[in-house]
Formats: sequence, structure tokens, C-alpha cells
Amino acid sequence: MSAHGHTEQHAPEGATTKLFLMVWIGLLALTLIEVLLAYLQTPLLIMLVVLIGLSTIKAAMIIAYFMHMKFEKFSLAVTLFPMTVFCILMMFVVVPDAMRSLSMRP
Amino acid sequence: MASDAKTATSLWSGGGSPYAIGSKKFGMWLFIVSDMLTFTALLVAYTYLRMSTATWPTPFAFSPSIIFSTVMTLVLLSSSLTMVMAVHSMSHGDRGKTVKWILATMVFGSAFVILHMMEWMHLIRDEKVTPFSNPWGEPLFGATFFGITGLHMTHVTIGVIYLGIIAAGVGRGKFTYEDVEVSGLYWHFVDLVWMFVFPLIYLMSVKM
Repeated sequence: MSAHGHTEQHAPEGATTKLFLMVWIGLLALTLIEVLLAYLQTPLLIMLVVLIGLSTIKAAMIIAYFMHMKFEKFSLAVTLFPMTVFCILMMFVVVPDAMRSLSMRP
Repeated sequence: MASDAKTATSLWSGGGSPYAIGSKKFGMWLFIVSDMLTFTALLVAYTYLRMSTATWPTPFAFSPSIIFSTVMTLVLLSSSLTMVMAVHSMSHGDRGKTVKWILATMVFGSAFVILHMMEWMHLIRDEKVTPFSNPWGEPLFGATFFGITGLHMTHVTIGVIYLGIIAAGVGRGKFTYEDVEVSGLYWHFVDLVWMFVFPLIYLMSVKM
């Protein structure tokens, strides 16, 4: 194998212009749904949960298609993401406490 | 022994490339993961403050602030599409098209920075917001807003410079597909971060 690996000069199989356009349209649509939620002045907690959910879907689309993760070997994703997701979830452990401290304010 | 023979030929026994990607690309992925955690820590801290403070400022009127930041989001999303097209063109060996798509990405990236600076100037000059104070109370609003959006804007600015270097090199016949793809990874990551900054900072603080 060369120093750069065998993927050096080739687009991943299945990565077509049409696919990228579809992903881009999907990202635009999800963004507009998020803006619509803000326009409708959705309650804060519902807004937070839905926005983080939609943004996570958008992030997954960007990683899978634009960053070609869907076309990489599965071992790369297994190496990178479980521990990243675990660390991110551990940081979110403190967020429910925000609701408790909100009700404790004088 | 059979097990020894199996170990010796395993992809994981050294000397091979078990992920079937180059070291530059793997290095960029490791950087992206670490930067992801940096932004997550900032955004989680911000979310905690936002949710625990009933008097948190909501200065962003739907028109023009949210419409303005939505346009910025669409510009950044479009820059990701042009970047992916640059990588696609490079995979077909078309260096001319690759340079054009990278330049388009740089134009979108620069437009994003200019729009963002206009937003900052409006807040600093017209609304009198600083990192330490603002007219609505809660001094941490300015610190978190300028801290998070500033760090992201720095990433975008570095990205535009990085892409400029890659475009110049590709145009002169230097750099390989992997180099363009690695720069693309960085650019898409910058876009990915904005997908969280935009809803959490702007959409969660719409003026009622």
C-alpha cells in the first residue's frame, strides 16, 4: 500500500453530485424548520430539545455524506465516534440541573 | 501456529493502513474530534446559563436579526456544497474545476465573515453590547455570545486562508486528492459547528 492509502485519487463509490445536492436540500429544509420553530415562539424547553435533535440529524448528514464517513471503513467510525459521543453526553449531564437552579432563583 | 500466522498478516499487526486512509486524513479527523469537544464544552456551558437564567437577554428580533443569521447559515451550507464539489472534481483529476470550486467556497466563507462582522458591529455600536456588559442586564450574555461566535469566526477565517493555500497549490500542480479532501474535512467541520451555534445562540434568544 502507498503512503497515502488506496483512496488517494478516487471519489468514493456512490458519492455523486446528485447525492450531494439532495443532502444540501435536506440541510436547507431542516434549517428552515428550525427557523419556523423560532418564528412560532415555541416554549423554551421544547425548543431546546427539538433544536438539538434537528441539529444532530444535520451534523450526522454532514459527517456521513459531505465528510465521506459513510464511504469509509466502519472501523474508522467505530474508533472516532463512540468515545466522542460518550464525552459529549457526559458534558450534557449538568444541563438538567439548569432547570433546578432556575426554580431556586429568588 | 495458525494463530501466529493470522496475527502476522492482520491489518492491525503494523506496517499497514487498517483504516485504508492516509495519515493526513486520520490526523485531521483526530483534530476535528478534539475541536468538537472544545465547542461542545462551550455550548453546554452556554446552554446551562441560558436555561437557568429567566432574565437571559433575547435581543434578536425575527426581522432583521434572525433573517440575517438565517442567510448566514444558508451561505455557509452552500459553501459546504461547493467544497464537496471541489473534492469531487479533484477525484476526477480536474484541477481547473477544483480551483474554481475552492474559490467559490472561499467567496461564500468570506461573505459569511463579512455578514458576521456586520452583525457584531450592529450589536457593539447600536445596542452597546460588550463582552462585559449590555443594556439588558446579565453581563455573561456578551461574554458567551462574542466568545462562541468569535471562536467560530476565527475557524472560518483560518479555513478561508487554508483553502487559499490549497487552491494556489492545486493550480500549480501541487497537492493530491488527499490534501484537498483533508481541507474539505476541516471546512465541513466549521459548517457542522455552526449547525449548533445558530440554533442555540440565535434561535433560542428570539425577541418575544
